[in-house]
Amino acid sequence: MSQVHAGFRYSEEHEWIDEQSPATVGVSQVAADALGDVVYIELPEVGKQLTAGEVCGEIESTKSVSDLYSPVTGEVVEINDAVVADPALVNSDPYGAAWLFRVAVTAEGPLLSAEEYAAANDATVA
Amino acid sequence: MTENITAQPKHTSLHGEHEKLGASFTDFGGWDMPLKYGSELAEHRAVRETAGLFDLSHMGEVWVSGDDAAAFLNTALVGNFAVTAVGKAKYSLIVNAEGGIVDDLIVYRIAETRYLVVPNAGNAPTVARLLTERAEGFAVEVTDASADTALIAVQGPNSEAIVRAVVATDDERAAVAGLAYYAWTAVTVAGIDVLLARTGYTGEDGFELYIPADRAPELWQLLLTAGESHGLTPCGLASRDSLRLEAGMPLYGNELNVDTTPFEANLGGVVSFKKTENFVGRAALEAAKEAGSRRVLVGLKGLGRRAGRGGYAVFTPLSEVTDEAPREIGVITSGQPSPTLGHPIALAKLDVSFAEPGTTVEVDLRGKREPFEVVALPFYKRGA
Repeated sequence: MSQVHAGFRYSEEHEWIDEQSPATVGVSQVAADALGDVVYIELPEVGKQLTAGEVCGEIESTKSVSDLYSPVTGEVVEINDAVVADPALVNSDPYGAAWLFRVAVTAEGPLLSAEEYAAANDATVA
Repeated sequence: MTENITAQPKHTSLHGEHEKLGASFTDFGGWDMPLKYGSELAEHRAVRETAGLFDLSHMGEVWVSGDDAAAFLNTALVGNFAVTAVGKAKYSLIVNAEGGIVDDLIVYRIAETRYLVVPNAGNAPTVARLLTERAEGFAVEVTDASADTALIAVQGPNSEAIVRAVVATDDERAAVAGLAYYAWTAVTVAGIDVLLARTGYTGEDGFELYIPADRAPELWQLLLTAGESHGLTPCGLASRDSLRLEAGMPLYGNELNVDTTPFEANLGGVVSFKKTENFVGRAALEAAKEAGSRRVLVGLKGLGRRAGRGGYAVFTPLSEVTDEAPREIGVITSGQPSPTLGHPIALAKLDVSFAEPGTTVEVDLRGKREPFEVVALPFYKRGA
């Protein structure tokens, strides 16, 4: 069963966001498990203005392609080059080394608590 | 064709083994089959580097027996089975009267007057029905044994060592080692009668073991144990699909369907016009061969990192010389990143004039076009 990281909040599209400022965004293990082995990631560029709920990149696995949605509105201040170079990090460490980008948040989209997200996705909070 | 609409997903006799191994499952032609056990990339690599174990019990097994067996198959399918030696197998097609592909299948010649026909899972009932219909007037019996037969495949460079480790006698070990590609032999494994064939769908050396369904869990366990020291890894349908795509092999429902003739699928070579029998689809296929194909199946190599997927449209590249607007020249039938080669690969149906290897085309990757190059098939060849 997929794990949901306690303390983060989650979008319905399976992105997580931490409570720091600027905020760090990644994808959940629920998403990583559903995607299968991730082989390619396209991230928004530093300086790009994101809008909560809109597509900001894509994640490609051996079997499919998925859109990446921004859980928040704001400017991208940093991207994780390591995960672009080694997309398999999304499978091995979705809540840590596989963080995707950092945003100076001006507004949030609808976000779920770890418990709410876990309940909606048949996962456990750890 | 309504029999499957409300039916529960079917389970193979190995379903319990897959659950024990923690498989995630997917629907495949009405069957609940293992998609992967852990990482589909690790399973893919195991088949290329050591060995993989597959449950293919969802495939069909139809026996054709009787004095007219060879003549009957020569009218029912496109190949010439009178010339297939006992002990050998042949890849073939069953087409309709219009020459459209109903299924691709393997036909094993078991004896002078006995053959085993192996259709794809979802098509097995249709193939069994068509063979029964087409058998009218021939001295043959068509028996669909799909429900009672299991099929386990061991694929990869270590597969011979693993199969040699489970057979009973020195003679059988010699027979395994000496078995040619696309040939079969009868062996015994722990008292289980096995029809052992050196066939497969991965581009690797490998074996397929046809056995009574009720003995399958036992054989599965034996193979897993014997394969432990040889890196044998249980593999699901996700890796099976990436392996067959690298090997450039068509998949029914993707590359092959009733709207496709063998010529459009680069399978013209399996059609025997030399045989004397007036096989189903002959007139249509003769006309199709004469007319030539507008589109043919080609291999594409992605020049960027993003993969094309089944259904994506292929366009001419923007030309600086002619200033002509790009136009649609085909469609991808299967595509994904190649785990072995490290770049995207795809099979596509392209207008003949763009089918030459080296031609650059563009694939519409969800609104953005990226260059792909036509390459010779297969993408991956063992030992190359």
